[in-house]
Amino acid sequence: MSAVLRVPTVLRSAVGGKSEIAVDGATVGEVLQQLTNVYPAIKGQLLNDDGSLHRFLNVYVNDDDVRYLGGVEAAIRPDDEITLLPAVAGGAW
Amino acid sequence: MARYASVLDLIGDTPVVDVSALSPKSNVTILAKLEGRNPAGSVKDRVALALVEAAERDGVLIPGQPDQTLIEPSSGNTGIALAMVCRLRGYHLKVVLPTNVSPERRQLLLAHGAEIIDSSGTEGSNGAVRLAHELSAKHPEWVFLYQYANPANPWAHYTTTGPEILADVPEVTHFVAGLGTSGTLMGVGRYLKEHSPHVQVWAVEPPSGEIVDGLRSLDDGYVPPIFIDNRGEQLLDRKVIVRPRESIEWTRRLTEVGLFVGISSGAIMAGAVKCAREVDDGANATIVMIVCDDGWKYLSTGAWSDDIDDVVERARTTIYF
Repeated sequence: MSAVLRVPTVLRSAVGGKSEIAVDGATVGEVLQQLTNVYPAIKGQLLNDDGSLHRFLNVYVNDDDVRYLGGVEAAIRPDDEITLLPAVAGGAW
Repeated sequence: MARYASVLDLIGDTPVVDVSALSPKSNVTILAKLEGRNPAGSVKDRVALALVEAAERDGVLIPGQPDQTLIEPSSGNTGIALAMVCRLRGYHLKVVLPTNVSPERRQLLLAHGAEIIDSSGTEGSNGAVRLAHELSAKHPEWVFLYQYANPANPWAHYTTTGPEILADVPEVTHFVAGLGTSGTLMGVGRYLKEHSPHVQVWAVEPPSGEIVDGLRSLDDGYVPPIFIDNRGEQLLDRKVIVRPRESIEWTRRLTEVGLFVGISSGAIMAGAVKCAREVDDGANATIVMIVCDDGWKYLSTGAWSDDIDDVVERARTTIYF
């Protein structure tokens, strides 16, 4: 059973227009690595040269921002939903 | 009844009410701090007053001097609060506002005497921030207080909201608020951690990046300078996303305890419930959550009356948080 990766509009052109991709991997880092292997054009949009997350990319596993769960080391389980979201200016909060 | 010399004296000292009837666990108390009780109707009253007072202290604004103009990007509440403060202080305010905010926000800005400059709805708050920067560069004579970077924003919460919470709820174990500019979380979070280090600070945010279609690449993204300056990644314990359906469901559920609140507060309540679910059964916890504003500004969204599927679909094109 694979986890599901949701791709935001701004990144879809780099993954053939897909909004959802089935992914395998035990950690967020493994999932993103697998994604960049299949879609090399997305690499610079996801990770910095040192393997850390792009500063304007938020990655959520289910509801949680992985930066507070160990970053790229955060664990992924089958059936997890991984959501990539660009960091944008917040609203009225 | 108390008597006050100015409406500005009514800002702060907001009440906290127990909403634990909605808690998923009997060992977890949830308390809501009602920021809609501020005179211009939201938590942003604290920030607006602090921004203006800091500028006056620094000599950037001069009370009583004619023809002083401010410009500020806002999706609503900061603009409304700033408009109220500016009118009382005699300043003219231009608010850069995305076109797709709820119409009530637009009307309240006009009611308080602000001038509205439209920014692209598809670019959301990002677009408002960008346009405000451009206009500020073209008009250096306008004062740009820039709530996303101004230290007076978290300072307002460090010196008022945080101390109020600890005075009223000394047993607080968790604090939950929305991210936005990050001013509330950075200011309250830092105060609570300094005075009660065991307190966990949880941030809630909507999936704004799904809604904003105007981004060309990730490099058009934005992290508030306040968040970076205050080492937000180290300060926060958790950051959770709350989607529009959950936000609206919990906005509706809060009416079960008599609270008619804005949709962002429904999202924060959803975050507080996620937080409560993670508390061990054998432990007691007290969560304080921020209710940013009341529901009046959101009636046109149909959030309480329309079919929830319709409201969720509408949420894709309207900024209501």
